[in-house]
Amino acid sequence: MTQTQPNLPKYISAGETPEQHAAFEARIAAGEKIEPGDWMPAEYRRQLIRMISQHAHSEVVGMLPEGEWISKAPTLKRKTILMAKVQDEAGHGQYLYHAAETLGITREEMIEALLTRKAKYSSIFNYPTTTWADVGMVGWLVDGAAIKNQTMLAGCSYGPYSRAMVRICSEETFHHKQGKEMIVLYAQGTPEQKQMAQDALNRWWWPAVQMLGPHDSDSPNTGELSRWGIKLKTNDEVRQEFINEHVPELMEAGLTIPDPDMHQDENGNWIHGPIDWTEFWAVIKGERGLGKERIATRQAAQDEGAWVREALEAYMARPKGEAAD
Amino acid sequence: MTAPTTTVTELNAAQTAALIRKLTALADDEIILAHRDGEWTGHAPILEEDIALANIAQDELGHAGMYLELRRELDGSDPDRLAMFRDAAEYTNTRFVELPKGDWAYTMLRQFMYDAYEALWLEAAQQSTYAPLAEVAAKAVREEKFHVQHTALWVERLSLGTPESTQRTQTALADLWPHAAQLFQPLEGEDELVKAGIIPNIAGVRSRWEALMVKHLQDKCGLRMSREAFPGPARENHTEHLAPLLAEMQQVARQHPDAEVW
Repeated sequence: MTQTQPNLPKYISAGETPEQHAAFEARIAAGEKIEPGDWMPAEYRRQLIRMISQHAHSEVVGMLPEGEWISKAPTLKRKTILMAKVQDEAGHGQYLYHAAETLGITREEMIEALLTRKAKYSSIFNYPTTTWADVGMVGWLVDGAAIKNQTMLAGCSYGPYSRAMVRICSEETFHHKQGKEMIVLYAQGTPEQKQMAQDALNRWWWPAVQMLGPHDSDSPNTGELSRWGIKLKTNDEVRQEFINEHVPELMEAGLTIPDPDMHQDENGNWIHGPIDWTEFWAVIKGERGLGKERIATRQAAQDEGAWVREALEAYMARPKGEAAD
Repeated sequence: MTAPTTTVTELNAAQTAALIRKLTALADDEIILAHRDGEWTGHAPILEEDIALANIAQDELGHAGMYLELRRELDGSDPDRLAMFRDAAEYTNTRFVELPKGDWAYTMLRQFMYDAYEALWLEAAQQSTYAPLAEVAAKAVREEKFHVQHTALWVERLSLGTPESTQRTQTALADLWPHAAQLFQPLEGEDELVKAGIIPNIAGVRSRWEALMVKHLQDKCGLRMSREAFPGPARENHTEHLAPLLAEMQQVARQHPDAEVW
């Protein structure tokens, strides 16, 4: 923890001066990117490590709910596409761990924080995927919501995070398209396929709306993050963009949005009904959903892989002359 | 390189039947091995291997698709129908690929042995007198060479890593070696295809493969290799592991037998 100084705002840590902060904020205001070797406030560094590692963990844990369906995909093409998609999530985790490492933390420390539940990840991945259509719906809605957030982050002030986001967004756009393509097909398929698509929408709609975060009035970190150009839009603004894009497309596919109050206002915005946050917070707190199972699964992979990582280290440490060739 | 001359219209009925059998067996091995590899996605020992093994598995599925497209040209069959609606008794993959994924040493060693076999088979199949096969072999062999590089290095690291990793790799080799023989068991009518230059002689592939295995596994990695010759049962004789694998793999497709699109 960084100590605050008397009479200074809490985001100015011990040893930092208001002048340093003013110069730092002027760089951000001028649209410059902050790079790893640059001076930055301790609190900026701490917030970025929190956000980027949380984002990396979300990619890694996010492999699990969809990954379960690789073994059950109904065609060879769908199996290949899903494998490629989950592979991309692993790749995103990898770039994001690297981006966070530029701030002075190791991947091992971050993984340890995930497994001991000190670090968070998006609670959307604690919802179960119960049918094959969930794979499509996760691609369409969850990746759709993530893209809105990540497009914003691609403009953020920290160079390595911003660049990782540009690359990730372009891959996520493919994921979003394949998810939408699947659901649109199923909505026009057999009655059973259509029902499966509607059921998936009923399960995923509200979690997707909620995954963009609490209302602005309940979002504790927004102030500092906006000040430093990390977060360029509020949760509610990003949520509105997501809803405006997806509601008409879902309706065009012939599906029903599970929100009886959904309507378009005079400005063309789609307005959602009241959000019931009870489930969202219950899943975050681990009272509902698969949080324990997800961490147990990651822990098992970590434990079962320990001997492999030890073998790699031992191999790398061998004197060159010892090679059998 | 021999210029491919035979075309599909020149295959006689016996050759057509034998080629369908061969293409299906090749595809079945790819489908089942890719399925086993896919079981690691999200669970690999390091994140980089979630990526690499998923990539290898996608290539194998791609090869299955190529072989089944060649079959479709011969008999009009639908590749996904074949993949999703045949029972274990109709699958003609080897036991070698259907055995459970085991630990990382088992998975990497099996993949290495398989990739080396496939790369050698494809290298020879580029000379096929049946042009469609020669074309897909030329494409797939490039991918297999990358797989061999990757998996050969893993087998080396594990064999020469810690006492535990050496022991695990040695155990995996003892388990896998007898089953590998089945990859080299000629199918009914295969000799006719070999005579016509349509597919490579599997005995030649086997001797090159064994030489490569000795060079890498024994000479480079220091593993002990069995000298015993294993016969390899017919491909219809599966272990108890295939049926549950297929039950999982085919469940969505079979729940919706009337679905026309996925």
